[in-house]
Amino acid sequence: MSEQLHALGPKGFVPERDLDKTPVLETHHLGIDFGGLTAVNEFEITIGRTEITGLIGPNGAGKTTVFNLLTNVYKPTRGNILLDGVSTAGKSTAQLCRMGIARTFQNIRLFKDMSVIDNILVGLHHEMDYTLPEAILRLPRFWRGEQIARKRAMELLGIFHMEDTADTPAGSLPYGAQRRLEILRALATNPSILLLDEPAAGMNPSETAELMENIRRIRDTFQIAVLLIEHDMSLVMGICEGIAVLNFGQIIAKGTPEQIRNDPAVIEAYLGKQQEV
Amino acid sequence: MKKRIQLSTPSKYLINAILVAVLLVGGTMLYNSGLLNRASKAVLIQCGIYSILAVSLNICTGYLGQLPLGHAGFMAVGAYVGALFWKATVSWPAGLTIVFGLIVAGLAAAVFGIIIGIPALRLKGDYLAIITLGFGEIIRIAIINLDGITGGTPGLLNVPKHSSFLLTFACLAAAIFITHNVIHSRHGRAILSIRGNEIAAESCGINLTYYKVFAFALSAFLAGVAGAVYAGFQGSLFPKSFDFMASINILVMVVLGGMGSMTGSVIAATVLTALPSLMQALSSYRMVIYSLLLIVVMIFKPSGLMGTKDISVSRFIQRLLCGELFKSRKKEDKAHE
Repeated sequence: MSEQLHALGPKGFVPERDLDKTPVLETHHLGIDFGGLTAVNEFEITIGRTEITGLIGPNGAGKTTVFNLLTNVYKPTRGNILLDGVSTAGKSTAQLCRMGIARTFQNIRLFKDMSVIDNILVGLHHEMDYTLPEAILRLPRFWRGEQIARKRAMELLGIFHMEDTADTPAGSLPYGAQRRLEILRALATNPSILLLDEPAAGMNPSETAELMENIRRIRDTFQIAVLLIEHDMSLVMGICEGIAVLNFGQIIAKGTPEQIRNDPAVIEAYLGKQQEV
Repeated sequence: MKKRIQLSTPSKYLINAILVAVLLVGGTMLYNSGLLNRASKAVLIQCGIYSILAVSLNICTGYLGQLPLGHAGFMAVGAYVGALFWKATVSWPAGLTIVFGLIVAGLAAAVFGIIIGIPALRLKGDYLAIITLGFGEIIRIAIINLDGITGGTPGLLNVPKHSSFLLTFACLAAAIFITHNVIHSRHGRAILSIRGNEIAAESCGINLTYYKVFAFALSAFLAGVAGAVYAGFQGSLFPKSFDFMASINILVMVVLGGMGSMTGSVIAATVLTALPSLMQALSSYRMVIYSLLLIVVMIFKPSGLMGTKDISVSRFIQRLLCGELFKSRKKEDKAHE
């Protein structure tokens, strides 16, 4: 991974490459009911191995619920999810993380009391393999594991040029940096698909543009799929290869940004129906 | 910027090892020198025992962020198991029986920790507190009723008095060493991340149940060891020493010292153990002063005496070498936690 990161350089050279569309994540007839309320229904999506997919929709459409279903925070009432062709049913959120699904949260959930680097080291938990007795007795495997993990954490921080903040408490970072740190923490778990829940929320246009570039860069260097929820249309239309539009828990449109922009059903969901005169 | 002097890791360990050795040897010499009367010797040992208990409860309360109220229950398990083991193995060489007794006591308490932890840790906050409170009482009642083994209410007498100054404080040092090394490892970060945010921890691949039960078991293990030391110090055990108030006492020490600070736990345990006996003269005002102290600390320093900070001698020496001990105190404090 370190060579990959060094290849990035500060300016970020983005290589031209072909999209790998072999599916990494598929859902079939996915749905969940809360009591009598159907929050998500017949949710079908296929995400390619290195594709950036956008999930958009009006407030309350069920976008975050979809994320919670994909990470098994909520157990689906219907349907199934395939990750690399393997069903994720019955797996815990932690197991799914190890299988390759990483996520960020709409309302940032960092470990605020812990330092920035410790936040990332929690993400790298399974990259270290020393056992508890080795940790208590501080045997060589402990030092080696910690050293490699720390180096890697610093490299990850380098993606967003955050090395200087490594020892500050995560809670004291400015808002935008907290969002970036959450993405890095998710990346640390070595995912095959990254779920980003409103990564640009609360960012100004120039920060959003930078974030857009970074998401693309992350995808290119790590060769992973990204599924993102976002309200900022410039970001969604700018970087997504595919977009799915959710309204009242149902997918009402799927396609390329161009197709979505002109889809009457999407326009109606966002702007309301034009009155017939 | 001036180049900072960084102590190498082995030298940090060496400094700490020397310091602990000096404290243990010096303390033993003082203890045996005849300068201290019997009462102050007893207080000293009790300070050590309660420090172990506070450090162990701090794992659950401070690092894991849960609120168990049955810590005296684990202490009781360790005390009785340790005492019975010691009574059964009087013929063994002293070193062997002492060390094995401590380990067996700790393991027995840890087993109870796991048994109670698996169901209890599915609950949060108040519910966990009530369940563990119930557990603590069950242990005490069970000890009273198993009078064939435990001696019941009249007590378990003639426990070999193994707990010297050295044993007590060596146990305290070991407890601090183990806790520190666990917390500053990937396992400890997992525990701290659960305190920070359970959902986020889980989505980072942390197995919540495993690490909660593990923290609970480690906490119980150390409490069990403290219990055995207590048994070896008192020479007799009575169920009423392990009641609800004992659990609360330990919790008060942790909260007063600062949840998440081992230094705080030790300081608070020492102060709260020593204070009542130092204030013998004030007799009836003792409890008033004790309570006032708690109230004052909670009003002016709600995060406890030390907050989540820990004192580190090697960091202190490092700063001394850099000649910036007082100059950059403020900055350092801010930067560290």
